[in-house]
Amino acid sequence: MSQFDVTGTRARSGWHDWLMTETPRSRRQARIGSFYQGWLTLRRNPMAMFGLSILVFLVLLAIFAPLLAPKDPYAQDLGARLLPLGSEGYPLGSDSLGRDILSRLIYGARITLYIVALVALIAPIVGLFVGTVAGYAGGWVDTILMRITDIFLAFPRLVLALAFVAALGAGIENAIIAISLTAWPPYARIARAETLTIRKADYIAAVRLQGAGPLRIITKHIWPLCISSLIVRVTLDMAGIILAAAGLGFLGLGAQPPSPEWGAMISEGRRFILDHWWVATMPGLAIFIVSLAFNLLGDGMRDVLDPKDAGK
Amino acid sequence: MNAIGVENLNVWFGKGRDRNQAVSDVSFAVRTGESFGLVGESGSGKSTILRAITGLVPSWSGRMEIAGIALGKARSRQFYKTVQMVFQDPYASLHPRHSVDQVLGEALKLHGFRDVDQRIERLLKDVGLGPAFRFRYPHQLSGGQRQRVAIARALAPEPDILLLDEPTSALDVSVQAEILNLLTDLRAENGLTYVMVSHDLAVIGHMCERLAVMQAGRIVEEMTVEDMRALRSTEPYTKQLLESSLGYTRET
Amino acid sequence: MSLIEVEDLWVRFPTRTGVFDAVRGVSFSLGRERLGIVGESGSGKSMTGRAILRLIRPPGKVEATHIAVEGDDILKMSERQMRDVRGQRISMIMQDPKFSLNPVMTVGDQIIEAYTQAHGSRANAREKTLEMLDAVAIRDAERVMRAYPHEMSGGMGQRIMIAMMMIPNPSVLIADEPTSALDVSVQTQVLRIMDRLVSERGMGLIFISHDLNLVSAFCDRVLIMYAGRVVETCRADRLHEAEHPYTRGLLNSLPRLDAPRRRLEVLKRDPAWSDPGSVRGSS
Ligand SMILES: Nc1ncnc2c1ncn2[C@@H]1O[C@H](COP(=O)(O)OP(=O)(O)OP(=O)(O)O)[C@@H](O)[C@H]1O
Ligand SMILES: Nc1ncnc2c1ncn2[C@@H]1O[C@H](COP(=O)(O)OP(=O)(O)OP(=O)(O)O)[C@@H](O)[C@H]1O
Ligand SMILES: [Mg+2]
Ligand SMILES: [Mg+2]
Repeated sequence: MSQFDVTGTRARSGWHDWLMTETPRSRRQARIGSFYQGWLTLRRNPMAMFGLSILVFLVLLAIFAPLLAPKDPYAQDLGARLLPLGSEGYPLGSDSLGRDILSRLIYGARITLYIVALVALIAPIVGLFVGTVAGYAGGWVDTILMRITDIFLAFPRLVLALAFVAALGAGIENAIIAISLTAWPPYARIARAETLTIRKADYIAAVRLQGAGPLRIITKHIWPLCISSLIVRVTLDMAGIILAAAGLGFLGLGAQPPSPEWGAMISEGRRFILDHWWVATMPGLAIFIVSLAFNLLGDGMRDVLDPKDAGK
Repeated sequence: MNAIGVENLNVWFGKGRDRNQAVSDVSFAVRTGESFGLVGESGSGKSTILRAITGLVPSWSGRMEIAGIALGKARSRQFYKTVQMVFQDPYASLHPRHSVDQVLGEALKLHGFRDVDQRIERLLKDVGLGPAFRFRYPHQLSGGQRQRVAIARALAPEPDILLLDEPTSALDVSVQAEILNLLTDLRAENGLTYVMVSHDLAVIGHMCERLAVMQAGRIVEEMTVEDMRALRSTEPYTKQLLESSLGYTRET
Repeated sequence: MSLIEVEDLWVRFPTRTGVFDAVRGVSFSLGRERLGIVGESGSGKSMTGRAILRLIRPPGKVEATHIAVEGDDILKMSERQMRDVRGQRISMIMQDPKFSLNPVMTVGDQIIEAYTQAHGSRANAREKTLEMLDAVAIRDAERVMRAYPHEMSGGMGQRIMIAMMMIPNPSVLIADEPTSALDVSVQTQVLRIMDRLVSERGMGLIFISHDLNLVSAFCDRVLIMYAGRVVETCRADRLHEAEHPYTRGLLNSLPRLDAPRRRLEVLKRDPAWSDPGSVRGSS
């Protein structure tokens, strides 16, 4: 037994040293090592770890929803309408059609993650592209792109999303497109501001002296410097995105009933808010917890990705 | 033959009331294998001349030649295989998120070299950094080590001409000595041509054969290093510069 | 009374491989004089200067028996009191001038802001700013006011920082390699300004530099640092007679105008230099 322990710790510290070395011996080791060090920094932040574990839990819920959910989220049972919390077989109660709220929340995690993942992919990439091109090219390209950005920014997000959904038709995919289209302008702003300070730097001049063209400079040299502040920003914005999606669902323009999208569930539940508060409150609580988790993680990510701003 | 010929070079920035004539009517020539110094007032356009040669300033007029071939507005990749530059500030000239390996690897790949790994190792050895530095990031390097990486990057395409913008002003004397020795060796081995900007006349005296003195965008005097050592000059500004280089004297 | 009194100063950085001591038990005092700090790169010169202003970034830690500024221990001050000390009593010219300037604000706006903060009013801030730029030998001050930091030459950025730091009339100025990018004649002008501040207004000056000749001619006293310790201290005009092999090594690696050599001597470091305790740098 003790023999195992010894080799066990040796193996562990061997890995640890390999990852932590100041002098890695290969590109792969250097890259993995810097990830590991980022992870160690994140791990020191208990709030961020709390946020991260909630999100991991959410992902697991979504993956294993069919196994975890006690009931079919769509199965109606008109005999078991509006049961309170802790009822037999309905731990979080049931809604106006007698569907199990817990099961619906668990399946709803899939929709929430789907929305979040797609928006988190589309909006920052569009923003990054527009912002860095505008900032690096300057001149009329910059003027045109930033005017467009300003136009988008001038409208309140939900109003603009409403307009898009109205034009595209209600539904979850259209809601995602609408939210993405309204979410990119702030990212473009950030990326452009960063690009403006970066493009005059000597290290950019130095790669130009190696014969690198604008495309290479933007993607290989400017993007890596913008991406960290974007990741932080996106993580912090996630809460807003979930709320926007829920808002559209609430207004009946996002996910359509009977889909167990959390916003749509609140919307359905609001009719009974006075007598059967849990029907609207449980999905609201879920939205709140997930938003909070993204916020906490975002704060921690900031410490990892740009240590300069840590603790501000 | 002349490695570099510059005739009536004018460089300006901005327009209207913000127009700033950074370089006016500058002419000089550097022979192949020679080391040429540029000294002068701060803000007199020394860095700007080097940036104009390498195509980093948008607006200029006049004539610039490299190895007898006149330069146009754009620079070809072939040009960057001949001419390379080391920047003034080692803290600003390395990408903060690229490791030494990435910096050198990218330069080599852009110039079409295949044996990137061996070349990176050789370059690091040439500038006196061991393989241990290969995967470090700039923030893990001291100022002197950064400047060596910058020199290694400039040497990557095996250029004939190296433009050095104050390569040692940010470094302490012991590192300065190492870098100057390194540059001397590289020139002796590879027959490089240097144009070196510095405000330290002793450094210019150590490295160069001839120098030009600049003030307010113009070359006021060209002289040999021997003349400089003997404080032989005809221009009042050069005299003043040489005298102040003898050391600070307090007012009484 | 001395302006600054530093006793047993340590600056520590926790790193992945253990705690790194950037400054190890430095003690010195500063009167109304020019005190030079020289030493090779990484020897802890800047960290010593920053520690006096409590500007060491976390996770770095400052420890000392005391760091007294005109008798007040700054280690006991609140962050708010520190801000007053930084603005009014001690100014610091940072080593990397362009890094310390805001890249997206014009030079003029930045200096005017510094002036307004120091004097509490905007009245004649503009004239004052032009005057300051003129004093540091910047030619077309009007254009420079409207320009952004990246449009400045290396030496201009440095002079702008110097102008900014002298606005609040500090009783102590810490200048971290303030003239490393200046040509000799402008350097002389800038040094004259500092010289006058010391001799006429009784300011104390800590002058961090790697230019041994300059320190020897300009300062009154010198501390020579190696690996976070003061290895030797002497009168500045006697620097060339210094005895420590490290100081001699630094002096020998200088190229000289009057005595050309084919190769420069390179410093050979002796591990024993970092062992002995710090020399006290009090006058
Ligand atoms: N990108 C730019 N935009 C506008 N003006 C510039 C720019 N770069 C340089 N200048 C101006 O050109 C002039 C010459 O600058 P340059 O950098 O060539 O000086 P230098 O001789 O290298 O000085 P130093 O020794 O201080 O580095 C300065 O007046 C400077 O303000
Ligand atoms: N954040 C940090 N973490 C770990 N070590 C650090 C950190 N910041 C600085 N150091 C180390 O502290 C030491 C002292 O640095 P300092 O900036 O005081 O040197 P210096 O004497 O001013 O050198 P130079 O002449 O190059 O400016 C250096 O060895 C440096 O590597
Ligand atoms: Mg310059
Ligand atoms: Mg320093």
